[in-house]
Amino acid sequence: MFDDLTSKLDRVFRNLRGVGKISESNIRDAMADVRRALLEADVNLQVSRDFLARVEEKALGQEVMKSLQPAQLFVKIVHDELVALLGEKEARMGTAKKPPTVIMVVGLQGSGKTTFCAKLARHFKAKGRRPLLIAADLQRPAAQDQLQVLGESIGVNVFRGESKNPVEVCEAGLRHARKISLDPVILDTAGRLHVDDELMNELDRVRKGTEPAEILFVADGMTGQDAVNSAKAFFERLSFSGVVLTKMDGDTRGGAALSIRAVTDVPIKFMSVGEKLDQLEPFHPDRVAGRILGRGDIVTLVERAQATLDETKAAELEAKLRKADFNLQDFLDQLKQLKKMGSLTDLLGMIPGMGARMKNVQVDERALKHTEALILSMTPFERERPQVLNASRRKRIAAGAGLSVQHVNRMIQQYDQMVTMMKQLRKAGPGQVKRVFGR
Amino acid sequence: MGLFNKLKQALTKTREAISDKLAAVFKPGRKLDKSLLQELEDILLSADVGLETTDHLIAKLQEAGRKVGPDADADALLREQVVALLREAEATPPPQGAPHVVLVVGVNGTGKTTSVGKLGKYYANQGKSVMFAAADTFRAAAIEQLKIWGERSGIQVVAGLPNGDSAAVAVDALQAAANRNTDFLIVDTAGRLHNKANLMQELEKVSRVLKKRQEGAPHEVLLVLDATTGQNGLNQAREFTRTAGVTGLILTKIDGTAKGGVALAIAHTMKLPIRYVGYGESLDDFDPFDAEKFAESLLGERAEASAN
Repeated sequence: MFDDLTSKLDRVFRNLRGVGKISESNIRDAMADVRRALLEADVNLQVSRDFLARVEEKALGQEVMKSLQPAQLFVKIVHDELVALLGEKEARMGTAKKPPTVIMVVGLQGSGKTTFCAKLARHFKAKGRRPLLIAADLQRPAAQDQLQVLGESIGVNVFRGESKNPVEVCEAGLRHARKISLDPVILDTAGRLHVDDELMNELDRVRKGTEPAEILFVADGMTGQDAVNSAKAFFERLSFSGVVLTKMDGDTRGGAALSIRAVTDVPIKFMSVGEKLDQLEPFHPDRVAGRILGRGDIVTLVERAQATLDETKAAELEAKLRKADFNLQDFLDQLKQLKKMGSLTDLLGMIPGMGARMKNVQVDERALKHTEALILSMTPFERERPQVLNASRRKRIAAGAGLSVQHVNRMIQQYDQMVTMMKQLRKAGPGQVKRVFGR
Repeated sequence: MGLFNKLKQALTKTREAISDKLAAVFKPGRKLDKSLLQELEDILLSADVGLETTDHLIAKLQEAGRKVGPDADADALLREQVVALLREAEATPPPQGAPHVVLVVGVNGTGKTTSVGKLGKYYANQGKSVMFAAADTFRAAAIEQLKIWGERSGIQVVAGLPNGDSAAVAVDALQAAANRNTDFLIVDTAGRLHNKANLMQELEKVSRVLKKRQEGAPHEVLLVLDATTGQNGLNQAREFTRTAGVTGLILTKIDGTAKGGVALAIAHTMKLPIRYVGYGESLDDFDPFDAEKFAESLLGERAEASAN
């Protein structure tokens, strides 16, 4: 995510670092590069112009040129401005004074409203709430079926009205929710163009009929310059209270986030980061700004680790690592834990400084699968004592995993290297560890 | 209402959004100078044309300005350049097959299933027999959606089970289409982000098994591109071409305010033609691509009323 913008800015700043001392023309050069980066990242032309003006003013006005570390100061200025533009704090969801809280979800066709509605319902259900989904998209063929299937898969009620009028469907659904105490109520409306007056009026009527505590505008994270037009039009009509960015697991540079924020001043509340229904994340402006600047997103990484890793297993592992008593069964456990955290590509992208470097590296997720298959083809005895793996055993394991003996050999070799490294680390002590992993 | 009028109506919205700005830029008699070039650059960038293609077009204009002098007709020159880029990409027509197999691919939410429905109707209107393959087995209810489109235009749909193997559906459909001497088989695939290696491999497999069954299939691979997409469209075109051999684009949702300028960038940098445009919710809201009309929607109508 934001990888491309990150690598661009990385280069700009590396150039600045090389100069050592900075002149006014250096800053102008850097600004030109930042401008290109922003435009290639799909930040709206006008928005990037305003942004650059603010940055340049600060960069020239401040002591950047006199500073001993001008690059760092420049980075800080760009970073702070990005954070300011993205919104400074993590935004919360509104609730109605009297339940149920109604959340109305709107947006253009294909932005990902229906999938987001299901993700949001799942998010509330995981917090112990009893949400209701209302299928108010009567436009797209089978949209109601889609919501129904998604609802069933997460065990959330889906209301489908008899009426052909979405306003009536929403009102009927709301009455249904009141009757059986479901809360919150999520309205999945049909996608529409912001220039379609008739359909925009219909949304206004849904709003008046259901009085939502929260109206979320769903925007495709890959949107280009037009993001400002659609966001502005929807905002003028509905004054939505939050923005959701979808498809952020793609390689989009995500400039739409900056653009929409700049023209509406409405906080971005969620980011969709995958096709699975649990792949929804709150939007953290500071982290995303950090990511844009190539600082990685270590906080998300740690949070994800905490949410998925088993604590007792982690403690066990730590003890084993300390004794350098790490067999193939432990290796397998590790792989499984890692897999739960998401794809390797995602994880690597969150490590500071990796974003730019990993840009063109395709991580082969299959290699992990192979390793897993190989270990699963071993007996428990073999997993604990890899040294017993002779030629005949290796042949059997390869056959069991559907791979070749070379695969087995390579895996054992990697395992041996790991054990050797662990022993070295243990000898080195904590101070040395930093030296191995640090710069 | 005729097709052309409907498209024109759809494009009017697009045009209105920028026509004021354009009229000011293209005032007759305005000199081709630095400030005009700057304004034209802004227009192109704001239309998602992107830096590379914008730089290219502006350089061409500068060149013309040097040759013809400041009185050069910037409006006409720019239009010519845009149309030339699009025509260049159109150069080779796709090969034909019987059945002619069209594979429709793209990222999530661009309008693939709708475009499949519209393309089928378009062929059917020409008296051709058409069959759909519902190979999007992933998205909930995608099969139902295609079946509804099929029903509306009397096109048969070959479908498998939800979460089934999409390559198997494609092969079954190809078999069925061949048995019945169907003219066109259109294969709908699941939306996928182009940076997901495993999903792209699955798409590659669909393409591969079709080829195995019939030499030359799929004869066309159409990437569905949402007109609101920004520069990420270039990545989409690159990756889908790499795995599925894209032969052309369907540009959808041109009835909004987005101008789909990234399609011009794709035509320019990858020589991929835009084959069709989609612009509404009815099955007939679909046309073969017209380079001149696209240039008009991008740049507005010709400033001087030179017609007639």
